[in-house]
Amino acid sequence: MSGTEPTADGLYELLAAYEGRPAATGGTGKDPVNLPMIRHWCEAMGDTHPAYRGPDAIAPPTMLQAWTMGGLSGHTDRSGAYEELSALLDGAGYTSVVATDCEQEYLRPLRPGDEITFDAVIESVSPRKTTKLGTGHFVTTRMDVRTGGTLAGTHRFRILKYAPAGRPPATGTGAERPPARRPRPVVNRDNAGFWEGVAAHRLLIQRCGDCAALRFPWLPGCADCGSGEWDTVEASGAGTVFSYVVMHHPSFPAFDPPYAVGLIELAEGVRMISNVVGVPYDKVRIGMPVRLEFLRADEELELPVFRAGGED
Amino acid sequence: MRPGDELPPLRIPITRTLIVAGAVASRDYQDVHHDAELAREKGSPDIFMNILTTNGLVGRYITDHFGPESVLRKVAIRLGAPNHPGDTMVLTGTVTEVDGNTVDVRVVGANGLGHHVTGTVTVEVGR
Repeated sequence: MSGTEPTADGLYELLAAYEGRPAATGGTGKDPVNLPMIRHWCEAMGDTHPAYRGPDAIAPPTMLQAWTMGGLSGHTDRSGAYEELSALLDGAGYTSVVATDCEQEYLRPLRPGDEITFDAVIESVSPRKTTKLGTGHFVTTRMDVRTGGTLAGTHRFRILKYAPAGRPPATGTGAERPPARRPRPVVNRDNAGFWEGVAAHRLLIQRCGDCAALRFPWLPGCADCGSGEWDTVEASGAGTVFSYVVMHHPSFPAFDPPYAVGLIELAEGVRMISNVVGVPYDKVRIGMPVRLEFLRADEELELPVFRAGGED
Repeated sequence: MRPGDELPPLRIPITRTLIVAGAVASRDYQDVHHDAELAREKGSPDIFMNILTTNGLVGRYITDHFGPESVLRKVAIRLGAPNHPGDTMVLTGTVTEVDGNTVDVRVVGANGLGHHVTGTVTVEVGR
């Protein structure tokens, strides 16, 4: 079971840029295909297939990846791109690795004496997922394994690079961050006035300078007449629940599911998304009156939220 | 042989020796496959089987059944619940497609925690 989570830190955008880049170029097997390694494999697996023994032995096809392994002396064939991707994930706290998928196709048998070469590409990097093991990113690579220039097999491999459950990841830079902070708003020149209002405990709605239409959230132009002229009006703070959802999954470190997310219709007529507080998540109802208040989430962040039962 | 045919199950005791021997035979020296202390530090209760060993066991299960002439063409597996020492994995298989000499088998390996492995194997049988 896994769920996709938003990228609060922009890490995924960095990771996704590695899709399509080489994971290994011109790799060579540390040993040619050989009978001792085949025999040790068959002993471990309890595999007595006659094709894997004797003078005309072939290697068990499922050994395909084994011929490409770095062993104790490590991989010397990985690309700079793959090393960078791993370092990014390590730096973000996703230091543990578990393999999840292996898809192999065997095109020709490998025999003792065959020298192995391989090339691999980073096929995909997933958005952040939360699994039973912990939170992390799936990385899928696809490898072509050759001998004497002939394609012997293909090998698609997926790993999860993750931070073990209960141990939250660090930020993208590797710096420590308290686990339970809500995402930071993105403040830019189009919405800075809104956040200045919040800081002063005023919920400001934009009003078109030409047609006087109210709009929320903040935008540079009027959706009704296209005008770029505007001023603001302060919301009275009264509103009703226009619609809502209850978030159960996925959990995000700063939030404690289940909780209600409301679409609040302000008395002025515009709607905004916010938390509904002061009432259990399962008692939120459409049409419920709510009243604005400001929630101090932490020392840097205040947010407008709506308290149920609002008319006072 | 027809789609829907079931292969006899194969019970594989998951010993510490099997996990370590499989990891070393596949040249996988990740500590979680041989060092219980370091595996625990990474949030796992004990060492666990590596994917290459599971792949090898799934391949063996199929060729054991289809006999000395059988040749593996494709093995695609997904891992779920880990194979820890002391557990038993029971491999089962169901034929899903037969096309001449080529047979597709859906494989499940279940242990005490759930499905360790699910996957599909394409095998060419006795020509």
